[in-house]
Amino acid sequence: MTAIGFSRGDLYYLLPELIVCTGALLLLLADVALSQQRQARAAWVAILSLGAAATLLAVMSASETTIARGTFAVDGFAIFFKLLFVMSAAVTVLLSHRYLTIEGGRPGEYYFLVLCATAGMMIMASGIDLIVLFIGLETMAVCFYILAGFLKPNRRSNEAAVKYFLLGAFSLALLLYGMSLLYGLTGSTALRAIATALASGSSGRLLAVAVMLLVAGLGFKIAAAPFHMWAPDVYEGAPTPITAFLSVGSKAAAFAMLLRIFFEGLPAFHLDGLGSVFGQPLGWASFFYVLSVLSMTIGNLAALTQTNVKRMLAYSSIAQAGYMLIGIVAGTPRGVSAALLYLVVYAFMQLGAFGVIVLMRREGVAGDELRDLAGLSSRQPAIGIAMLLFMLSLGGIPPTAGFMGKVWLFASAIEAGYFGLAVIAVLNSALSLYYYVRVVVYVWVRREEPGTPPIVLSRAMIVALAFAAAGTLALGVYPRILFELAQASAASLGRAEPMLGWLR
Amino acid sequence: MMAHLLTLILFTPLAGAGLLLCVPRAQEQAIRWTAAIVATLGFLLSLPLWFRYDFTATGWQFAERAEWIPSIGAWYYLGVDGYSALLILLTTLIGAIAVLCSWAGITERVKEYYVSLLILQTGLLGAFMAVDFLLFFLFWEVMLVPMYFLIGIWGGGRRLYSAIKFFLYTLVGSVVMLLGILALYFHGHSVTGAYTFDVTELQQLTIPFALQKWIFLALFFGFAIKVPMFPFHTWLPDAHTDAPTAGSVILAAIMLKMGTYGFVRFSLPILPDASRYFVPLVAALAIVGIVYGALVALAQTDWKRLVAYSSVSHMGMVMLGMFALTPVGLTGGLLQQINHGISTGALFLIVGIVYERRHTREIAEYGGLSKAMPVFAAVFLIMTLSSIGLPALNGFIGELLILQGVYIVHPIWAGVGAVGIVLGAAYMLWLFQRTMFGTLDRPENASMADLGAREIVTFAPLIALAVWIGIYPAPFIRRLEGTVTRVTARVNPAAQPAVAGVPAAAGPALNDTGAGTGFNPTLVTCDSAPAAGPKPSATPSAPPDFVTIASCADSPSKPAPKPAPKAPPKKPGGR
Repeated sequence: MTAIGFSRGDLYYLLPELIVCTGALLLLLADVALSQQRQARAAWVAILSLGAAATLLAVMSASETTIARGTFAVDGFAIFFKLLFVMSAAVTVLLSHRYLTIEGGRPGEYYFLVLCATAGMMIMASGIDLIVLFIGLETMAVCFYILAGFLKPNRRSNEAAVKYFLLGAFSLALLLYGMSLLYGLTGSTALRAIATALASGSSGRLLAVAVMLLVAGLGFKIAAAPFHMWAPDVYEGAPTPITAFLSVGSKAAAFAMLLRIFFEGLPAFHLDGLGSVFGQPLGWASFFYVLSVLSMTIGNLAALTQTNVKRMLAYSSIAQAGYMLIGIVAGTPRGVSAALLYLVVYAFMQLGAFGVIVLMRREGVAGDELRDLAGLSSRQPAIGIAMLLFMLSLGGIPPTAGFMGKVWLFASAIEAGYFGLAVIAVLNSALSLYYYVRVVVYVWVRREEPGTPPIVLSRAMIVALAFAAAGTLALGVYPRILFELAQASAASLGRAEPMLGWLR
Repeated sequence: MMAHLLTLILFTPLAGAGLLLCVPRAQEQAIRWTAAIVATLGFLLSLPLWFRYDFTATGWQFAERAEWIPSIGAWYYLGVDGYSALLILLTTLIGAIAVLCSWAGITERVKEYYVSLLILQTGLLGAFMAVDFLLFFLFWEVMLVPMYFLIGIWGGGRRLYSAIKFFLYTLVGSVVMLLGILALYFHGHSVTGAYTFDVTELQQLTIPFALQKWIFLALFFGFAIKVPMFPFHTWLPDAHTDAPTAGSVILAAIMLKMGTYGFVRFSLPILPDASRYFVPLVAALAIVGIVYGALVALAQTDWKRLVAYSSVSHMGMVMLGMFALTPVGLTGGLLQQINHGISTGALFLIVGIVYERRHTREIAEYGGLSKAMPVFAAVFLIMTLSSIGLPALNGFIGELLILQGVYIVHPIWAGVGAVGIVLGAAYMLWLFQRTMFGTLDRPENASMADLGAREIVTFAPLIALAVWIGIYPAPFIRRLEGTVTRVTARVNPAAQPAVAGVPAAAGPALNDTGAGTGFNPTLVTCDSAPAAGPKPSATPSAPPDFVTIASCADSPSKPAPKPAPKAPPKKPGGR
């Protein structure tokens, strides 16, 4: 391994991130250079750089190596997440195009921030060092603080930004404190070194505090109860495409970081002398157990009463985080692969659902109330069908992808012996159908209110929604490829070795 | 084509739905015709399941197997046995009838309506065909959404309430069932080392009793809500009453069978010990359901609600017969499912006909209809008699076999079951009397048109089947034999040695040859008999036929002399 500086291999494996960053910088230049009429090209720049990054990621998909002196892993796990981020970002760009025209934001800086956030997420998926992980997280978070408040004249947007910033900074502080304790206890920021150090020594009270701080900090980022308070307000106030990106990309990135930290860095952690739960020693899985149950239950119960769709989807996304945590609690390879699989599935359905809400935003109509969706199926039958698919998928009804994802999460809980968790999860899943079906009722059963402006489909919107709907359906009917990918990616977690050969 | 027959049957309705999406919304007549053609085609395609059914085969027939999600051991695996073949035939037939009976009643959002109906059809067929448990579950849940729409958009009364109630009840049951399926799946892996959802393999597992009990309860929760069994039945009256006619017909005729099918296909053979253990519980619930459903039906003033509650009672009967765990009782339970599909399906069609003309279902609003609608009254009479189990009609055979099968195990259960039949006769005949007889004193009733040609076409196959099964059920019972033998061999092997005093292996073979030589001549005459004239041939052929049925159904279970004396005393006593 090179002692100092970067090798060719480092540069090669960082290319996807570098391309996204280059795209972002180009956009910043374009924002200044291009005239107001040609701003539409900004979206193209963003899409093209994301496409190039995705292509490169696909090319290096078989890699399993660590670079940058063992701080950065390029393995199946990382590639899996990075493709997910790039895809979500591309859909977000497609969704944003028309929305920005209506809201009157500057596309250049907007897409710049989207791409920077994406780069941050990509770093989070690869980092196997606490510092790298934190840099990635901070890069992403700062972009989102600004994006949440991007609608400057809109008071709710401003409120969202301030809330997100304050609570986000608070959670980052907790996380950082946890990390520093971990460093103090083990003398290293590298996850694998931490794992080795902890495997030999005993785990004291201080370590427990560190783990709790980490759980709390990450709990904020994945919007799991009881650390979810920011989510509804921020989701409701932020520009809708950003809400979509926030709920998909930021959550997935935080999950990637969580998996890295707990599965690579703290695999053997358990609390001594605090008794046991269900015959197993108390460990971080117990914390996530509590988080999972609380998130599912609180998220679903709160979503039942919402009349604002964005807010409802915010609570629903809290519940969804609870489902995903089941895979983490199970802690088995099946559990991890189920969580990965569900994150992909969730990306399709959540982006799609928010896409429809973006579509409802027209001159003079906010479009995010339930009643705005009334009669959608008779105005745009294809959109009606798409929304039906997204809602069924979020509720876990076949033949949609959400069903496959949930089955596999529940399966991992049962395999690991968490029957109680599985029962709570399925009952929650049934409960959640009540509010998802209510959306379907508005779209398909209720009549539209007369005099509302027409719903216009732009080409970008059609592409984005068709992509999301096709993914939701295809992964539900024939999920074979996704299952295999998720299993392979989960298996690659923690296996990457420093690279050999010419690229060194 | 035959190699992919099941796939073809399965996806014809779905393809039809896709086709309908391309027809312009305003072309309502074209949409109706397309749907009718697709549904009829679906029925015709399924006919080989009857004619090409192989009585000697022991495994799945028309089986198809392709990789679906190999990494988790889930297959696209379709296959049928005699029981599911009959249910599939019933489904495709009812599917065609459902399209026809909606012709005039559905005038709003016609396109969406038929698309929902056809997608629902694929869901139903898939559940009956799937041999892979995960695939079964997928189709099981796919049905919910189109049915939700059928009730919620085209229903009457408190349709949204009923629709969501139906949806959530079924969903809660099925998600719990999913946990049972997964537990089974992982247990299968821990025993055999291979992950599989294949029902054939799951049926061969030996599962510790404690685990069996839990899995049985999980599956029971899902299936019992669907049947519905007594305490879980409350969604049914609402859903059936508020659904449009076709929705009620499909719900009653097919969807309820999904629950009983689940018991026969999964619970009994996979979890034999737990099934035996829970017999008292299930039988008690079934008996309460029989009596309670009948009593509540007696009290109804709404025609459709009355029929809905009669379903609760009849399905209780089916469950009682199945959980007698004797070959006769099981045969009766399976056959009675087909019978219930025919008669209750027809009864809902009948309510639909008067509702379409008068827009009310209050029984008090009617009276003396037989004068205004003689043909309708005749049809209603036949179906009433079929539903209450009059000899020479289908209901009789099923109920007789059930009571016979239950009596062997527990005479008192059979006695209470018979009380349910008496009550059934009471509410149905009283309904008939209140609506069809009496004075035709309301002018709006007097002007009601009798059945049109389309409506007669919808009833004709159901009447023909009712008479056919009533007079000559042997072809049906023979098709059920394989299923019954396989299930009882698993769940109640004690019943097998008593079969005919022959070793179990020789039993079915002997029986088959006997059936082959003894039944074939009669089959020929009887196939032509109903066509020539059902009524005249009914009286002379009924007694000998009854004997053959009894012996045919009994030969796997008991020495011939034993049931013969038992049955006749029951008949006058029960009625």
